Formats: sequence, C-alpha cells, structure tokens
Amino acid sequence: MKNICFYFQIHQPISLKRYRFFEIGQDHYYYDDFQTEQRIRHLVEKAYLPSNKVLSEMIRSSNGKFKCAFSISGVALEQLEQYAPEVIDSFKELAKTGSVEFLTEPYAHSLSSIFNASELELQVKKHAELIESLFGKKPTAFRNAEMIYNDEIGEIISKLGYKTILIDEARQVFGWKSPNYVYNHSYLPKVKLLVRNNKLSDDISFRFSNQQWNAYPLTANKFIDWIISMPENEKIINVWMGYEALGVFQAAETGIYDFFRALPFNAIEQKVSFMLPSEVSKKFDSAGAIVAPYPISWHGNEKDISAWTGNDLQQEALNKLYAVSERVHLCNDRPLQHDWLMLQSTDHFRYMSHKDCYGSPYESPYDAFTNYMNVLADFLERVEAQYPTTIENEELNELLKTINHQEKEIQDLEIEVKKLKARKTQTNTSTSN
Amino acid sequence: MKALMFGWEFPPHILGGLGTASYGLTRGMSMQHDMEIAFVIPKPQGDEDQSFLKIIGACNVPVVWKENSWDNVNQRIGKTMHPDEYFWLRNGIKYDFRRIHTNELGCIGFSGRYPENLIEEISNYEAVASVLAHQMQFDIIHSHDWLTYPAGVFAKQISGKPLVIHVHATDFDRSRGQVNPTVYGIEKRGMDAADHIMTVSELTRRIVIEKYHQDPRKVTTVHNAVEPLPNADSFTKTVRKEKVVTFLGRITMQKGPEYFVEAAHRVLQRTKNVRFVMAGSGDMMNAMIDLAAKRKIADRFHFTGFLKGNQVHEMLAESDVYIMPSVSEPFGISPLEAMQVGTPTIISKQSGCAEILTHAIKTDYWDIDAMADAIYAIVTNPAMHKSLQELGKEEVNNIKWQDAGLKVRRIYENALGW
Repeated sequence: MKNICFYFQIHQPISLKRYRFFEIGQDHYYYDDFQTEQRIRHLVEKAYLPSNKVLSEMIRSSNGKFKCAFSISGVALEQLEQYAPEVIDSFKELAKTGSVEFLTEPYAHSLSSIFNASELELQVKKHAELIESLFGKKPTAFRNAEMIYNDEIGEIISKLGYKTILIDEARQVFGWKSPNYVYNHSYLPKVKLLVRNNKLSDDISFRFSNQQWNAYPLTANKFIDWIISMPENEKIINVWMGYEALGVFQAAETGIYDFFRALPFNAIEQKVSFMLPSEVSKKFDSAGAIVAPYPISWHGNEKDISAWTGNDLQQEALNKLYAVSERVHLCNDRPLQHDWLMLQSTDHFRYMSHKDCYGSPYESPYDAFTNYMNVLADFLERVEAQYPTTIENEELNELLKTINHQEKEIQDLEIEVKKLKARKTQTNTSTSN
Repeated sequence: MKALMFGWEFPPHILGGLGTASYGLTRGMSMQHDMEIAFVIPKPQGDEDQSFLKIIGACNVPVVWKENSWDNVNQRIGKTMHPDEYFWLRNGIKYDFRRIHTNELGCIGFSGRYPENLIEEISNYEAVASVLAHQMQFDIIHSHDWLTYPAGVFAKQISGKPLVIHVHATDFDRSRGQVNPTVYGIEKRGMDAADHIMTVSELTRRIVIEKYHQDPRKVTTVHNAVEPLPNADSFTKTVRKEKVVTFLGRITMQKGPEYFVEAAHRVLQRTKNVRFVMAGSGDMMNAMIDLAAKRKIADRFHFTGFLKGNQVHEMLAESDVYIMPSVSEPFGISPLEAMQVGTPTIISKQSGCAEILTHAIKTDYWDIDAMADAIYAIVTNPAMHKSLQELGKEEVNNIKWQDAGLKVRRIYENALGW
C-alpha cells in the first residue's frame, strides 16, 4: 500500500524600502509596507483563500482521509495577521479537521542554521510557540528554511525535541537512493528524515500546465497510476511544494484545483492513502542513515546553499549581520528584536545572488546589496548604542550575569541573614534559660 | 568577401571613440580568413597598423586628371601610397571635379579632423568615393558614422553594391535633442539609402527607428567591444587612505558632469574620506568648477584637465570608482576600459554599454541619490568593491570584437542575399 504525504510551504518576504545612505542614523523604519501588503493581498486572493477552500472541501468529501501538512514562516504569519487575518482563520478551520499538521521552522525564515546555532534554537522555539497558540497543537516535525540540512543541524534540532525532519532529495547526498523511504540521521538513529520526491513534486508545482511536457495533461488518474507502479517496497511518496503552486505558478484556469479535487477519489480507489509527516515517521522504520556533512537545500539543480551564500556580497552581508547576534540576544528592546528577525529572511540574500536572484524587486544584485547594507548599517548603529563593540562578548556576558543574578543573590543573602538572626535569638534564649 | 569601408578616424591618430571602434571592429573582422577590408580615411599619417587591412588615404586619391611623373608622385605621397596605385586609381576619374580645389596631383587636401568647413570636407569625400567606386573591386560598402554616409551612398549609386551604414552616434545624442537640420539631413539620407543599418546599442537603434523613421527590420544592433589590454596588470593602485572617484571624458552637456558634482556633494555630507576627480576638458568645465565651489566641496573636488594616452589608463587604475553619468551615450567605451584595469564603474542607464554590462552599477543619469548611494556603497564596503572589480574584469574580458565581427559578417551576407 502506498502513501502520499502532501506538504505546502508558505513564506513571503517583507520588502525593504529604498533606504539611501544619508538616512542611516536618521530613519529607523526599514519596510515598504505598501509593497508587502500588495504582494500578500494578491497571493491571498489568487491562491491562499481559494486553495484553502478546495483543501477543506477535499478533507470533508473524503471523510478526513485526505491529509496534508503546512509550514508557515513567522514572517509570513505576521503579514497574514496584519493584512489578511481571514487566512489565519481559514487555517484554524483546517486545523480543526484534524487532517492537517503544522510544522515548525525558524521563525524568520533565516539562515541561522548555518550561521548561529543559538539563534536557530531561539527562532524554532518562538515559531513553535506561535504555531501552538494559533492552531492549538505543538508541532512535532521540523523543516528548515529552504530545506537546508546537514548533520549538525539535525543534531541541534533533535536536541530541541524534534524527531522528524523534512529534507530534499539532493543528489550529492542521496546518490542512487530512492526518496520514497524513511531515513535517519547519520549518527542519531532516532531522528527520522523524510525526503522530498523531486520529480513528482515538481511535476505538479512547475510542469503541470506546460504543454510541451510529454506527460501533459497531468490528470489525477495518471498521477496515482505513476505512484502505484512504483516498486513494491517504496511506500511513502513525499510531494512537497510552495503553496503558491496552487493558484499562482499553476493558475486556477489550468485546472490545478480540479486535479486536486479528483486526487482523493482516485487514490482511495487504488488503495493509496494520505499521511502526515509525523505519522510517517512514527509508522515507518528507517531504511538507513543519511550522511550529510555539507548543507543541502531544495534550491535549483545544485541543491546547495550557494544561492544565498555563494558570492562575496552575500558573505559580507551575512557575516556582518550575524556578528551581532549575541548582543541582540542580550537586549530587551522589542523593536530592535523585531528588526533583527526581519533582516534575517533568506530573501534579502537571494536578491544579491549573481546567478539566481529570483523574484528580486531590485535592478541588480549590487542594488540589493547596497540597499540592504544601508539598512544594516543603521541597525548595527542601534545595536552599538545599546552594547558598544568596545566591550568583548564574554565580558558583556559576565556583566549581564552579575546584573541579572543580583536580585537572586540579594534574596539568598537576606535569607541567610534571617537564618543567622533566628539562630542568634535562639542561642540568646537558650543561654538566658 | 571584400568590403570597402569609409571611416573618418583610425588609430593612433584619434579624436574620439569612432577611431577606436573602427580599429577594433576591423581587427575583429580580419579574424575571418576570407575577409578583405579596404579602409578609407581622409588623411592617414603613414604609421597606422596595416597588418590586417588596407588603408586608403582620401587625400592621395586623384579626383582631377593631372599629368605627373612616377618619381614626382613617389616623392609626394610615397609614404602612404604606392605611385602605381595612384596611377591605377587615376583611371577611375569619370566625372569633372575641377570645381573642387585640388593640388598638382589632382588630390584634395583633407584635414582629417572636425574643422569649421566640415560639410565641405564631407562632400569632397564623396568625390573621392566616386573614383574608388569606379576603379576598385568590392562586394559591399560599409560607412562609419554620418560624415561618411554621403560617400557610401555615392559609391552605392555608382557600383550598385549594397550599402551598410554603421551608426556610432546620432545628432540627437550630441545635442540633447536640439538637432542641426543639415546634419540630420545627411544622416537621414544615408539611412534611407542604406540596405542595412547597424547601431552600437539598442538605445541608438530606437533613436534610428523613431527619430529617423527607419524600418525596424532594417536596423540591427551590433554592440561594441573592447580591445584586450595586454598590460592590464601593469597598472597598479597606490595604497592611500582616501578613496578616489573619477569622472573621465569631455566635460560637455552630453556627459552629464553636473550630476556627478551633485552626487559628490551628497556623499561628502556623510563621509570625508573620499576625493572626487573630474578628468578631461570641455565647454562646461568652468561651470563645473563654479558649481563645486558653490556646493563648498572644492577642497575635495579636483580637475585634472585633458588626459592623453597612457595617462587615461593610469587615472582609471588609480581610481576606486569610475563614473559615467552620461545623459545620452550611444555606447561609451570608457567604462569597459575602466573595468579592464579593475576599477568598479557606475554608468547611467542612458548609456548603450549598460545593455551588455552586468557587473557595473546602473542608475538614471538624473538620479543623484542613487548615484551617491552607489558611490558610498563601493567606497565604504570592500566586498562590493571586490565583487565589482573581479567579476567586472572577467566580464569585460569576454566582450570580444571578434564576436561583433561575426555579427557584421552575417549582416553583410543578408544584404548580399548570400
């Protein structure tokens, strides 16, 4: 019996406004709200709302047999809360059906997994809390921003209590191995890895409406036939994509929704069922360990992280940004903390790529870099104002520890004083006796 | 394939970009083994590189029949043309040009520059073209820039061979829209008569189509390239505390120097660690000195005057940023030269070369905020400088005249119906 695991990703960048260098130190608001709102509203109307409607119909008409998972970045959730709260409600409705699972990921859709482990931990915790408060259930499976994964990241995530991680079928790691099994972390056998089936995922996400494609038109029937004709032992097929595939990459007119509506019926007829990532990792044993010393991602053909960290501009921006992470962690300034998250989105760095700056609102990677670095310069000045770089990180930590512990120490000492006093009166009374 | 080309300048004696482009293109085309080029210029000096083409001096071509001895001819023009050739060309005189002032050889004296009586020189050039067209064997005629269009058109009328014209600039670029009607007339007639028109950029192509009303199918863009600089690595940058931002070119309305001064003013409000250099001369130079003083940045804004030959490359190599805020630039070769010596460049979007460059910063010429921002980013951010330097050098080294030559070859073949 075959199982399909559907998972959809939602992340949208928050647009930075045109920020010239002479505004550094003058203007601390970095965002182009108009552009952000316009983009998210467009997606909501074109994709998210209609797609949610179709999915909830599918769940209802299949008596909850159709299942799928979502991961929504913290940055995207903030935008939805602000500009399209009806989408959040619609996801809450989906959550109530019990056929939908929400995964966790770094809140800011950031590269913290590569640059700063403690930042990654903070962001995962923050995101998991938000998901729980919105949808009522603590997430148990993790997917990293851009599906970046290596052994080290796997270890950090397992320490946070997650035993299921979603990763991409990257050639350099999988070689001839099939994505249609469950695998495990290279040295932590309890951590299960689910692998995206690139071909079937991209067939829907990118090729569905391509008339030059030899499999065009793709019908639900054909899709399920492909799945049942797979080798006997390959039981789990992971079809994962950006949620925009429904309604944007593949517009409603292409018949994408009809394809999805027909899927559960065809699947049930052929004894193919739907599963959620956490169910898959619970039910299936691992077929073997996956060794991933270098980071892989779900990007392009290379499946590496070069689209975000590949050139000098990106390296410079990322290094300057993450150099202050300790200091930002120490401070309590909420606007500063928020900007810190917003500036970490992978999109900012993607726009600086010379080879693939997909979706960039900038004229060139240099333009993107200039604008980002101007914003970052202002941000760094604000951090500097709170914790000057003249003080070493360790020193700063010690000082803060002293301050934070002061109260507790005073309390402890007071208790001791009381005790001593009590004993003194005791001895006094005893001697007087 | 034999091409008869009419040009106006040829290195080493050049006055503008036209000579450099003519040299590069012909050199690139000569890589095609069956390509023979005869290149006509008004007045050769005899030290031109003729290893890959044949230079014909218009000032050595007789247009009026005069009797002279072989020795006499040899003595007069032997340095630039063989006397046998003179006598052979003399047989091509079919019209009466005695109205034109000629010397005792029956040749016209050309200045080879851009003199006051330019229009007269252009029409004299036409007379020379008639002799050449009657006597020489060629498959196609190729005219470089408006000065040579009438010669090309006349040669086409005589020989019946197709004419291809090469637009290196139009009068709209030179005058910010205030065109000279005579010049426009010459340009328009040349374009109308041409079998095909080549432009150095899409920008120029659009001007040719819109302002000269040419059929878009007849107009093709052949972007310029840049000659490899063999000693590119010999130019070194002196290590200094302050950064240098350079504008280099004629200080005229077309080049947008005032936007550079304004951008400099913006940058200097924030950082003092930069010096600005305006190299070159031109009719707006004094106005720019005034403007720099008025903005109170004269202590950081320097004028060098006109630079020659190697000084240009040295200046470019010493700079941390090269900027070309041209209001209208058909192509603009100097950013490519700056990139060859590893200097990051900022160019206006209104420059033709912006169409083929990726690793250069492009801004609108009027957008001084964007320009200032780009300057600031390059001088304060080593990563930005390094990226533009390394990737820019690599990019520009791959822009080859040979490829442009192949494109021209295909246009020839189309025009000939081969």
